[in-house]
Amino acid sequence: MSAYVVTIATLMVVQAIAVCGLNVIVGYAGQISLGHAAFFGIGAYSTAVLTTKLGISFWTALPLVIGISALIGLLLGLPSLRVREDFLAITTIGINFIVEAVFRYVPFFGGALGIGGIPRVMFFGVRLKGIPFFLLCLGFLVLVLLICWWLTRSWASLACYAIREEEAAASTMGISPVRFKLLAFVIGTAMAGLGGSLYAHYMQFISAGDFSFPISVGFLAMLVLGGMGTLWGPVVGTLILGILPELFRPLVDYRIFFYTLLLLLMIRFQPGGLLGENSFARKIITPLLKGLRK
Amino acid sequence: MLLEVNNIHVSYGDIQAVCGVSFHIEKGELISIIGANGAGKSTILNAVMGIFPPQQGKIIFKGQDITNIFSHQRARIGIRMVPERARVFPRLTVYENLLTGLYGLRNKLPVEERISSMYSVFPILEERKNQLANTLSGGEQQQLSIARALVSNPEVLLVDEVSMGLMPKLVDQVFGILEQLNKEQGLTILLVEQNAVASLAVSSRGYVLETGTCALQGSAQELMDNSRVKEVYLGH
Repeated sequence: MSAYVVTIATLMVVQAIAVCGLNVIVGYAGQISLGHAAFFGIGAYSTAVLTTKLGISFWTALPLVIGISALIGLLLGLPSLRVREDFLAITTIGINFIVEAVFRYVPFFGGALGIGGIPRVMFFGVRLKGIPFFLLCLGFLVLVLLICWWLTRSWASLACYAIREEEAAASTMGISPVRFKLLAFVIGTAMAGLGGSLYAHYMQFISAGDFSFPISVGFLAMLVLGGMGTLWGPVVGTLILGILPELFRPLVDYRIFFYTLLLLLMIRFQPGGLLGENSFARKIITPLLKGLRK
Repeated sequence: MLLEVNNIHVSYGDIQAVCGVSFHIEKGELISIIGANGAGKSTILNAVMGIFPPQQGKIIFKGQDITNIFSHQRARIGIRMVPERARVFPRLTVYENLLTGLYGLRNKLPVEERISSMYSVFPILEERKNQLANTLSGGEQQQLSIARALVSNPEVLLVDEVSMGLMPKLVDQVFGILEQLNKEQGLTILLVEQNAVASLAVSSRGYVLETGTCALQGSAQELMDNSRVKEVYLGH
């Protein structure tokens, strides 16, 4: 594999981890978030600060980074979850802008220059880069998918689904909406933090612009394309939106045009996403899988 | 007294929806609150369930003041509701909808046993158990909504406009099931209905609500014989 392919693949896997987190918030619990890049950024900046300023390793920092992302997710989730739908979308956009501004203007976070010199991940004395680092990220993605898979089979996800479908009815079933929205927010932001941490160690240099609002929109587009609330949707969506811009590179001037066209066609013909209920892909894949089992 | 609602006031902004309504329900009773559209019937039920708490007044359940606790906490202590227009979870299967009713109770109740007991009351739900709830007909959704509330074996069942949007034959069927649950299992039921005939027919007592206040109360028979009720609600 060429270095170019490895770079694209690594970034896609890292993004897929963050999009899986967004799926827990948006797909499972039905809470729209347009500020997911903020939590991706919080993960990246916490690992950057911990490893460059305190000199601790990626592995020691990782639980702290995930904890910090989840804690900030919880704190920002508390006020956000008092609002719904459009207002929640606007609130989460606001969170994204505030977090980005803090990174950009607070000197501790390197200001406009960002933070450089983030060390590579060490694994049993080996500095991971290229394919080994890609495999590490892939391992984390598998772990995240396993957590998501386990979630979809738990009572907690049943509670989340109920809140997503009919919040008032869910509360009359003894399900606390606040508790499960926050749970989804905490799990989702922790996953974003993990993705952000891997991103920082791969890029070795981060700046506030890497975590701006358009990145959040990109995450949401990947999720919508793949299929909200499905297990594999985030991975499929990230793959397609990661590969397409590269394929359209010869048509660089028309790239945004094709990209927009694709999203519009999706919304028109497959609103549930590529892997959503009643999607073309599902209609083809499901009978095949059944055939294989027989 | 199982449930006592004492002089509750509810307003949405400047609009007074309910002003000073009191009523009570004893264990094992089936009573109705009837009234026209906009009389405040659903508002009262939402206040009892805690979805939209009253600004004034008290709600007492089994001697405990529950006016200020959340609806999910009220659900835990045995108050369950069949909301207006069923409100089933559309993209969950029938079985999963029933499971949500047992949320938080899996250590207290035998889950599968409770669900199969619901299937015996509502056989159509067993036939449809793996279908998504949004593929059910209106009447089936109402049955699912009732089963979802009943599966937890509640102390009191609040039923909001169960007849709305159902064809007359199904209305009779649903009321028949509620009456049967009350008579055979001693389930306490509070019906809120626009369909006065059907609900008074199965109730022992009733309250008539007019523009946010309680205009009349009495036994179901007294209400059905009352000239004003006859004229306005029964269409005689």
